[in-house]
Amino acid sequence: MTITTSAKGGPPVPAIELVNASKRFRTPGGGVFTALRDFDLTIAPGEFCAVVGPTGCGKSTTLTLVSGLERASAGSVKVDGKPVAGITPGVGFMFQQDAVFPWKSVLDNVAAGPRFRGQARSKANTAARDWLRRVGLAGFEDRYPHQLSGGMRKRVALAQSLITEPRVLLMDEPFSALDVQTRSIMSDELLGLWEQTRPAVIFVTHDLEEAIALADKVVVLTVGPGTVKEVFPINLPRPRRVQEIRFDADFIAIYEKIWEALRSEVQTAYARSTAAAAS
Amino acid sequence: MNAAGEQFGVTSAGSDLPSGESVLLSTSAPLSQETTRAGAWQLRWRRRVLMNISRLAIVAGLLGLWEWGVNAGHIDPFFWGEPSQVWATLRLWITVGTDHGSLAEQISVTLQEAVYGFLIGVAFGVILGIGLGSSRFLADLTSPFIKVGNSIPRIVLGSIFTVAFGFGIESKVILAAVLVFFGVFFNAFQGTREVDRNLAANARILGASRLQVTRQVVLPSAFTWILASLHVSFGFALIGAIVGEILGADKGLGLLIRSSQNNFDMNGVLGGMVVVAVIALLAELLITLLEKRILRWRPPSHSADMTAA
Repeated sequence: MTITTSAKGGPPVPAIELVNASKRFRTPGGGVFTALRDFDLTIAPGEFCAVVGPTGCGKSTTLTLVSGLERASAGSVKVDGKPVAGITPGVGFMFQQDAVFPWKSVLDNVAAGPRFRGQARSKANTAARDWLRRVGLAGFEDRYPHQLSGGMRKRVALAQSLITEPRVLLMDEPFSALDVQTRSIMSDELLGLWEQTRPAVIFVTHDLEEAIALADKVVVLTVGPGTVKEVFPINLPRPRRVQEIRFDADFIAIYEKIWEALRSEVQTAYARSTAAAAS
Repeated sequence: MNAAGEQFGVTSAGSDLPSGESVLLSTSAPLSQETTRAGAWQLRWRRRVLMNISRLAIVAGLLGLWEWGVNAGHIDPFFWGEPSQVWATLRLWITVGTDHGSLAEQISVTLQEAVYGFLIGVAFGVILGIGLGSSRFLADLTSPFIKVGNSIPRIVLGSIFTVAFGFGIESKVILAAVLVFFGVFFNAFQGTREVDRNLAANARILGASRLQVTRQVVLPSAFTWILASLHVSFGFALIGAIVGEILGADKGLGLLIRSSQNNFDMNGVLGGMVVVAVIALLAELLITLLEKRILRWRPPSHSADMTAA
């Protein structure tokens, strides 16, 4: 893992910087589908940024561009001041679907990152045990993923990402498959773990409540091709309790403000999808 | 195993998994579960004994009917043999030996051919399947050749191999390998194609190199497909070895069957079949054990029990 420090004296280098980024995909029918267009976003080191927007607006595409899984068709994508080329080092990614390896035990799953990077087994296992304890899964080292509940598998995925101590953590609706209670428990735990290592985070979600409860700023995207509509700073004090913060008066005020921006996009997206279904 | 027994298997396997988010909560239940589990186990055991007794009864009944048919003159033993004489032939082979040497020697030759052919076929199938599965270009390039290769009746190749490689074990090994190859190849190919893209992406982000992705993501997920093909494949290997021997050999079970046929000794043909069947069943058992060992990580499946009984 390479560690880049910001140039001393100069302005701090943003952890993530997308300038005029666009992403076009070729469709199977031969056409071109634009997922993102002229996308600008800057995230400071250690900043928690939530991205909300209607279905199919290219939220997840931003994450694949930052991680280096896909390359931008135009514009620039930089992580720690360096243009992204290939898989970005120092990035963690939590997928919407389960992406833990079903044939590895819980311990081996968490130790996978350090092992891929050439660390000795004993050292990787020690670190993995430590992370399993932090996510509350001590004692489950020898289980296989299919023996765990959905929430527990998410914890494994979280430990698997965080063990590499990423400076940038990308999360693609990671808790959307969980039930409401488990989801807010996981959100609280995520914040606790985030405080420990403080990576910069992009958290993609379509749940505005979740976005506000977690983030330092909420970015609202337009209906696809996605571009940034508006950015809202969230100045609620930390540490936060996700389960209770939604009753806070400030929370409700900011929720209404952001919803105002989001509503028209959601309605346009909905109108489009019903029109597509009707035709 | 029947559907009811399988249901018990599934529920008891499911009950020792933590079902809720909280680990503490799940400790309150085990006592009552323990007792029902013991009951279910007893029921399962009883069913199993009953099932095996019934199966034996069916076999004994069919053999008895056959033997009676021969004795009563309804079945001509010249064409169809008779169980007591098949048994006598087998005993003769075991105690005295066959016309071509001891029975153990015939078995070991056939087994050698089948096992070598199996290993070679599996190795080529896995390597080429994964190789072509991960390269779109190679897959497109070779697909017509593979389709043609797969559509010709490969048993016929046995005639060529016998002439080209002689009466020794080589021609049989090659025929067995060819028969095994295609099944394994298509499964390995498909298994590689079906690899979960998220898993591969996750591994790459966690720092895996191309080789590591292949070894730790593509291989294990393709293995579920490959192992499924191994059950059928060992059967193919045995067929390859025996057909090869029937076409021309100086040793082996196929030769034994062939020479019995030439002497119009149907009891000898049937005796050979019995030996082959026993070998096939034992191999199946070994492969099932291997599969269970390698696929430990999989949730208990519904079809796995079919062979376990």
